[in-house]
Amino acid sequence: MTLMLILRRTGFLFVVIWAASTITFFIPRLSSVNPVRERFAELARLGGYSPDDLEKIIESFSTQFGLDRPLWEQYVDYVWSVLRLDFGFSLNRYPVTVVELIAQSLPWTIGLLLVSTIIAFVVGNLLGAVAAWPRAPGWARNFSTPFVLFMGVPPVLMGVLLLFFVGFRLKLLPLGGAYSIGLVPEMSWAFTLDLLRHQILPALALILGSVGSWVLTMRGMGITIQGEDYVNFAEHKGLSGGRIFRDYYLRNALLPQVTGLALALGTVVTSAIIVEGLFALPGVGTVLINAIRANDFPVIYGIVLFITIVIAAIMTLMEFIYPLLDPRIKNQ
Amino acid sequence: MTHAASPDRVQDPGRARAVLHYLRRNKSLGFGLFALLALLAFTVIGLLVIDPNDAYPLAAPTRRAPSWDYPFGTDFFGRDMMAVMVVGMWQTAFIGVVAGGIGTFLGVVLGFTSAYFGGWTDSVIRVTCQILTPIPVLLIQVVVAGSLDKRDVTIFTMALIVVMLAWMAPTLVIRAQVLTMKERQFVSVAKLSGVSDMGIIFKEIFPNLLPFVAAAFVGQIFLAVFASFYLAVLGLGPLREPLLGNIIWLAQAQGAFFNGWWWWPIAPSVGMILILGSLALINMGLDELANPRVRKSE
Repeated sequence: MTLMLILRRTGFLFVVIWAASTITFFIPRLSSVNPVRERFAELARLGGYSPDDLEKIIESFSTQFGLDRPLWEQYVDYVWSVLRLDFGFSLNRYPVTVVELIAQSLPWTIGLLLVSTIIAFVVGNLLGAVAAWPRAPGWARNFSTPFVLFMGVPPVLMGVLLLFFVGFRLKLLPLGGAYSIGLVPEMSWAFTLDLLRHQILPALALILGSVGSWVLTMRGMGITIQGEDYVNFAEHKGLSGGRIFRDYYLRNALLPQVTGLALALGTVVTSAIIVEGLFALPGVGTVLINAIRANDFPVIYGIVLFITIVIAAIMTLMEFIYPLLDPRIKNQ
Repeated sequence: MTHAASPDRVQDPGRARAVLHYLRRNKSLGFGLFALLALLAFTVIGLLVIDPNDAYPLAAPTRRAPSWDYPFGTDFFGRDMMAVMVVGMWQTAFIGVVAGGIGTFLGVVLGFTSAYFGGWTDSVIRVTCQILTPIPVLLIQVVVAGSLDKRDVTIFTMALIVVMLAWMAPTLVIRAQVLTMKERQFVSVAKLSGVSDMGIIFKEIFPNLLPFVAAAFVGQIFLAVFASFYLAVLGLGPLREPLLGNIIWLAQAQGAFFNGWWWWPIAPSVGMILILGSLALINMGLDELANPRVRKSE
């Protein structure tokens, strides 16, 4: 039974990957732009190549990338290489592969995402739980209102405002980049401190943009749980308020929020990518923006596929983990 | 006549007063509509007053801080930011309404077909939605927009790119609503009395769906504006046009804050926050209107 389930879920994961790679295979071929030609026409404009040489270069490139073979053969090859996480070479920085580019920038993105998501999740759920908790003092219950108002603001716009007020006007924090120009990456306190100072504003932009939604869902969940029998029972048993809050109320309300975390992943990742671009952090987002600017098509498609695969894989994983968190749910 | 004089009618407060009364209760709808009307007034008056050509490069002196002549300053390329805001808002509204409209229309048609006729059409539409849902829509839009020749991208193609993957949410919402409505008694009665499929759809079910369609429409406008903004911020917009996202992308690429040209990214950012904020408020308000379960007791 469980084996069937694992097989079905994993199968669905592969269907999603297949769908995504089909989209990234066919859409560029429907368009009138030939990526190789586009790229070399650009080089030719910058100087040096005669049109005859250019045709030869394009031809040899097309052979190397397999663009002269029948379409279905290219398609099968493409899906197979995507499944092996092989996204080909960067046109712009040949012979660097797309995977190498992603691997270089990924730690920055993961760091930013992990820290900001964890902080937003913890703070948002606590504030939301308090907002719905009838015994909390009034000021604590209203404390979360401003965060709910921030909810409609995309993190990148929050980032522009933070840059303006904190970075530009108050000059408290740097305006962008991963570390100060002139510093050499090394394992020292000074460098680590500088690095962290550069991460505060982008992280804050992401956190302020997502705390509100956690507050709202948690508050809703909290209100529903208050009417439950087990909370009434705990109250009549004379348990202390803190104990009820922690063990009976927060724990039960938290479960659906964990699912929410998996569902929010897509939005969170896309916002993080754009915020990275705004702050010129050397993460996946900046690589993507630079690739868009330079018409480096394999990098654009590679990053899109990579993120899609990661998100789909995490969502599949969550479905396996969820029954462990909530024994009432049995996977059927 | 055995009837006594009919009791005094309860006074009808009039439609306009009733609407105002409701808006006072449904604060998010009221605030949202007010903010959106203010933005609309800014855009319409602005279009009458300014010259749209000032929103394009080389129309004004470059890099001027805000002053009486240029209330929002001018940018690195010689755009008058006041004109940029007006034209940019107009273009944003155009993308939102066109993409939102097409998306909602597709959603209503697909959702209806899926739920009302069931069978294999339903399976195809449902499974397609299921497969596409885990894929972040924005990333697919990046692929589409990135594959186009940048010289071909216009405001209208932006709207089409955005709508391409924006029909799933309204489809699922409408499908769910039609599924419950299909089982209601008034539909069975209509069926028994020989009303045709089309008659049932348009005369019985559709009027009851209108609040949901309206809510889906506003939601789609919000998503379309959001998505086109993100694409533009990534540098995938029509590069010459003064779309608000494009301006932020350009300002960031030229290091506006590093160089002290703070007004350049700030004006479009605040404009975008106001647009998205008002749409989000209206969306929340309409949710309350369409879904009595969320509706607050008076």
